[in-house]
Amino acid sequence: MTGLFERLGASTLNSITTLGRAVLFLLRVIAGCGEWVRRPGLLMRELYSVGVLTLVIIVVSGLFVGMVLSLQGYYTLVDFGAEQSLGVLVALSLTRELGPVVTALLFAGRAGSALTAEIGLMKATEQLAGMEMMAVDPERRVIAPRLTAAFISLPLLAVIFTLLGIIGAYIVGTALLGVDSGAFWSQMQAQVSFGDDVLNGVIKSLLFGLVAGWIAVFNGYDCMPTSHGVSRATTRTVVVTSLAVLALDFVLTALMFD
Amino acid sequence: MEGRSVENSRRVDLAVGAFVAAGLAALFVLAMQVSNITAFQRAEGYTVVGYFQNVGGLRERAPVRLGGVQIGRVSDIELDQSRFEARVAMTIAQDYNDLPSDTAASIRTSGLLGEQYISLEPGGMPDALSEGDELMLTQSALVLEDIIGQFLYNQGAGGSE
Repeated sequence: MTGLFERLGASTLNSITTLGRAVLFLLRVIAGCGEWVRRPGLLMRELYSVGVLTLVIIVVSGLFVGMVLSLQGYYTLVDFGAEQSLGVLVALSLTRELGPVVTALLFAGRAGSALTAEIGLMKATEQLAGMEMMAVDPERRVIAPRLTAAFISLPLLAVIFTLLGIIGAYIVGTALLGVDSGAFWSQMQAQVSFGDDVLNGVIKSLLFGLVAGWIAVFNGYDCMPTSHGVSRATTRTVVVTSLAVLALDFVLTALMFD
Repeated sequence: MEGRSVENSRRVDLAVGAFVAAGLAALFVLAMQVSNITAFQRAEGYTVVGYFQNVGGLRERAPVRLGGVQIGRVSDIELDQSRFEARVAMTIAQDYNDLPSDTAASIRTSGLLGEQYISLEPGGMPDALSEGDELMLTQSALVLEDIIGQFLYNQGAGGSE
């Protein structure tokens, strides 16, 4: 019986210390962001591997999400004779929710896992320890550019995702389903507000970028330096990022759109 | 080795530059094409108010139309505590600054299930509406329950004769 409480206590303390380490780590990394300001080449390389290489999956899934949304939305709206509101439905769903959230989930799978695996392997092969031996701070040199790259990339990817989703919905809606293209755009323009809808979506994806990048680099930096540890850390990154993004999205939506 | 690395880093820079430009361009298109940021900003235009007994389902940002053409938006709806009527502020685009001062406002519905908007009917006075003026002639939104109630009442009155 005492063993049960012991395990419960140990796991609680363990979670709290991990959270504390993660927060201190984040603060140290943010303080170390001066390194890539002096050497922008570091940031460029990370923007390439985190942002540019994720672009393909974002473009393809954005188009398909928009197309599916258009089909499903049409079948619901047409019963009420309101198929002209298809553009509004698609644009509001994408700018407010689906754009930021789906992009963050895809980002966790494509870029977050890669970041964790890369940093974890650097730790397992003692490259990070080697840097410290040469008086190079790995938190500034390795971690800070990667976190910043995630923070910058995710909003850009989310905006591209949203736009391609709307284009996909437009193609399916007008070419396949026969919605009037003038009504599609004009209803959308009348109902979607830049400040309330588009900008709030961008604010969401900025926060998701910070969270996704933070979880990815921390899991890599904090993993057990074995092949098993790296694999567990990579899985944990994807799972924790997905849960954190979905939970955070609920909170943000409740705060933003009343 | 050095040359290849420089070449490589230029390619990375180029790809990142294209990525960031694509992201910003997408945001620009979202602003202009999807949300139409320029249409009837709060700054450009003048505000007139009207008091309605019942605004029904009218919401802020609903269109204000004259002859079916949108000339402004509803900028604010609140309850006037002294008159117990809804005070609706409408921002009208500066281009339409020559509306007669006895213009009437009524709340209409576009289509059977569509959104509600304010329809203006121009009057005949020579002087024009300007910032802060009140529209004296207003007609409230139609409330379906009231109409049905009135209909039943009339039916009942007709049957007893």
